Amino acid sequence: MSKTDVSRRGLLRTGAVAGAGLALPTIFTAQSASAFTNEPTGSTVTLGFNVPQTGPYADEGADELRAFELAVEHLNGVGDGGMLSTFSSKALGGDGVLGKEVKFVTGDTQTKSDAARASAKSMIEKDGAIMISGGSSSGVAVAVQGLCQEAGVIFMAGLTHSNDTTGKDKKANGFRHFFNAYMSAAALAPVLKNLYGSDRKAYHLTADYTWGWTQEESIRAATEAMGWETVNTVLTPLAATDFSSYIAPVMNSGADVLVLNHYGGNMVNSLTNAVQFGLKEKQVNGKNFEIVVPLYSRLMAKGAGENVKGILGSTNWHWSLQDEGSKTFVRSFGTKYGFPPSQAAHTCYVQTLLYADAVARAGSFNPCAVAEALEGFEFDGMGNGKTLYRAEDHQCFKDVLVVRGKENPTSEFDLLEVVEVTPREQVEYAPDHPMFAGGQLGSCNPGA
Amino acid sequence: MFGLDKRDTTLLLIVTVLTMFAPFILNPFPTDSGLAQFNAGYPDLMQRFVIFGIFAIGFNILFGLTGYLSFGHAAFLGVGSYSAVWMFKLLSMNVIPAILLSVIIAGLFALVIGYVSLRRSGIYFSILTLAFAQMSFSLAYSVLTPVTNGETGLQLALDDPRILGASATADGSIPVTSLFGLEMRSTYSMAVGPWDFQFNVGYYLCALVLIAAFYVAIRIFRSPFGMMLRAVKSNQQRMNYTGLNSKPYTLAAFVISGMYAGLAGGLMASMDPLAGAERMQWTASGEVVLMTILGGAGTLIGPVLGAGFIKYFENIFSKINDNVLHGWFSFLPDGIEDFLVFVIHPFIGKGWHLTLGILFMLVVIYLPGGLVEGGQRVVGWLSRRKSAQSRQSETNPAE
Repeated sequence: MSKTDVSRRGLLRTGAVAGAGLALPTIFTAQSASAFTNEPTGSTVTLGFNVPQTGPYADEGADELRAFELAVEHLNGVGDGGMLSTFSSKALGGDGVLGKEVKFVTGDTQTKSDAARASAKSMIEKDGAIMISGGSSSGVAVAVQGLCQEAGVIFMAGLTHSNDTTGKDKKANGFRHFFNAYMSAAALAPVLKNLYGSDRKAYHLTADYTWGWTQEESIRAATEAMGWETVNTVLTPLAATDFSSYIAPVMNSGADVLVLNHYGGNMVNSLTNAVQFGLKEKQVNGKNFEIVVPLYSRLMAKGAGENVKGILGSTNWHWSLQDEGSKTFVRSFGTKYGFPPSQAAHTCYVQTLLYADAVARAGSFNPCAVAEALEGFEFDGMGNGKTLYRAEDHQCFKDVLVVRGKENPTSEFDLLEVVEVTPREQVEYAPDHPMFAGGQLGSCNPGA
Repeated sequence: MFGLDKRDTTLLLIVTVLTMFAPFILNPFPTDSGLAQFNAGYPDLMQRFVIFGIFAIGFNILFGLTGYLSFGHAAFLGVGSYSAVWMFKLLSMNVIPAILLSVIIAGLFALVIGYVSLRRSGIYFSILTLAFAQMSFSLAYSVLTPVTNGETGLQLALDDPRILGASATADGSIPVTSLFGLEMRSTYSMAVGPWDFQFNVGYYLCALVLIAAFYVAIRIFRSPFGMMLRAVKSNQQRMNYTGLNSKPYTLAAFVISGMYAGLAGGLMASMDPLAGAERMQWTASGEVVLMTILGGAGTLIGPVLGAGFIKYFENIFSKINDNVLHGWFSFLPDGIEDFLVFVIHPFIGKGWHLTLGILFMLVVIYLPGGLVEGGQRVVGWLSRRKSAQSRQSETNPAE
C-alpha cells in the first residue's frame, strides 16, 4: 500500500513540476503583450451586454437586448444605419469600429448584484469583452460599474436612475446617459406648480431602498422650494404587493397630492391601489386630489393599464418625439421588431453608439483614451436634443420629458403624452451638489 | 495518510487533483472553436465552483449528518461577506484577517440563530431558519443600510480609512485584495497551441482552502462526533430516551456548518470585494439545498459536484443566445436551422432555470442519491461487465 502511495505522490509531483515548467515561460510573454485589458487583436471586437433576462425587470431587459442587437447591426453596416445618420459626430462609417467587426455576448443579471458581477466577469475573463453595458436597476449598475473599474474596461450604464450612480458611487470607467432622480424632480416641479398651484400638501410613499430614498429626497427638495408642504413620508417594503394599508392613512392626512416614489411592479400595485381607493376623484381642501409618479416608463404604464390616465411623471425619452433622431430610431426599431422601443431600449442603443463613436474618435480601444474622448463630449441628433457628457461626473445632461398618462390611447403603445420638454439648463446642477457629494471618480484604469 | 483510511485518502487525492488541474480540466475546447462556449476554465467561475463547494460541504455537515434541513444558510454566507468587506475597508487588504473575521462572526451568528431554532425539529426548524434568514436579508437591504449599504451593496471606496495600508494606490485607484502582496486577481495565461489556460492566484487560494475544508469534513464524518450526529438523524427520540442530551451535538454541527458558510462568504468577498444583500435571500439558501440534494446528501463529494453543476448551468447556459445557436447550426439549410433554434431557444439564455429544473427533476426521480449515486451505478455497471467478461474468459477454455 505504501508503495502505491509513493508512486501516486510521485505522479502528482511530476505533474505539478511539469505544469509549472510549462507555465513559466509564458509568465513573461502573455501578460506584458497587451497594453490594456482585452485589447482586440483579431478582426473583431467583443462588447458585453449584461441585462436582466429573468426577475422583475425582465421586460426592460428584453427590450434593452433588442436595442443592443440593433445598434450592433447598424455599427456593422447592416440595416438602415439608424441614428448613425442623424448623430452629429460622423466618425463612424458603418464598417464596424476602427475597421473591426463588432461582435457581442449577452448575459443575465437576474437584477442581483452578485449574478450581474459574475456574468460581467465571465464576459471580461472568458469572452474578452472590452466594454460592458446594460442593467436595469441602480444597485446592479453601481455594482457592475465598480467591477469594470477594477477590471479596466469601460462601463456604459443602461437604465439606472439613482443619483448615486454618478454621485456617491461614480467611477472613472463608468458613464451614464440616462437621467437621474434629481433631474426628474427639477423637471417635474415647475410643471406641478403650473398645473396644481404652489399651495399643496404632499404625502410621499417611498420604496424602502437606495433609489427610493434619493428619489424622495430630490422631489421633496424641489417641491418644498416652490412652496409645497410635505405632510408625511412613509417607507414601504420593496417586496410589498398590496399597498392598501399605506393608502388608507393618506385619505385622512389632509394631504391633497400623493407622490409615489416607486418603480416597476411596486408602482403598478401602489397606483392601482390608490385609484381603487378613489383618490383620483377625491376633493381635499377644495382642490382635486392628484397623484404623481416621478419616474415613468411605458412598460410600467402598460402594467397599470387604465389607472395611469392623467397621472404626471417624468421620463428620459419617448417614442412619440418628433425630432429626426427619434423618428429614425423608432423607424428602424419598428421595422425589425414590429413595435416602438421603450426608453430603456433608447438609452442602451445610444450608449452603444456613443461608445463606438468615442473609440473611433480616440483611434484606440484603450479605456483611458475612450474615457477622454467621452468626457466633455457634446453631441446632438440622438433624440434628446443637444447633450453634454460632463467630465466631472460622467453624467449626460439633456432635456427631460414630463409626461402624462393619456386619456384616450389610440394603441397599446400610445399610453403617454408629452406635457413639456424641460430644457437642459433647468435640470443642471453643480458636480458637488450635496445630493451627489461623497464620491470620487478616481483615475481611469486600463487594466493589465 | 493524515489519519484517513485508504478509501478516504483516495477521495481526498481525487479532490486535490481535480482542483489543482481544474484550469486544464475545465478548458477542454480550443479558444477559437464553437465549443469554446462550454469552457468553464476562467478564474471567476472556477472560484465560484470551489467557494460554493465549501458552502455546500458545510451545509452537508448539518443536513447530511443530522438531517436538520436549514433553509437559512445563505444568511451566514452574507454575514461572512459583510465582515470581510468591512475588514478590507477598515484594517488591511490582506485576505487572512478578513477570512478569519468572517468565520468568527458567522460562527457567533450561527450560535445565536441555532440556539433558538434548534428548540424545534423537522419542518418547524426549517421555517425558523428561513424566517431568521429572511429577517437578516430585510435588515441588510434597508434597515441596516449604514452598515450594509442596502440595495447597492457594500463596496470599497477611495476614502476608506485603512489602518494597515493605503486608502488609495499611487495612481488613484482602490487597492486590490492580496495575500501578503500576492494579488488575488493576478492571472497567468498559458497558451498551448489553440488552447488558453488561465492560472489565477485567487483560485488557487480558494482551492487550497477547499481541500482543507474537505479534509476537515472527512474527519468530522468519521469521528465519534459524526457518529453521534448520524444517530440524531436516524432516531433522535430514542437517543433522548437513553438519557443523552443531543442538543449540544446538533448545535455544534449547526455552528460548524455556519462557519463553513462564513468561510465561503469571506472567500467570495476576498476574490471580489463586494457584499450584497441578495446573497442572504431565501433563494440563495434554497440554492445550497439544491446543490446538496443534486450531488447527493450525506455523501462527502456529492455537495461539491452539485455546487459545480448548478454554477455551471447558471454561468454557461445563461450566456448562450440565439446568435450563438445560429452560429452552430449555420451549416444546415435555413429552414431546419431556424426550426432547431426555435426548439432549443426556450432552454438556453433566460431559460437556463428551465433546463436546470428539468435536470433536477430527472436526478431526484431516477437517482435519489444524487450525482454520486449516478457515478456509483456507472462504476457498478462497468465492474459487472468486467467481471462478466472475466468469467467468460475463464469458462471459454473449458469448453
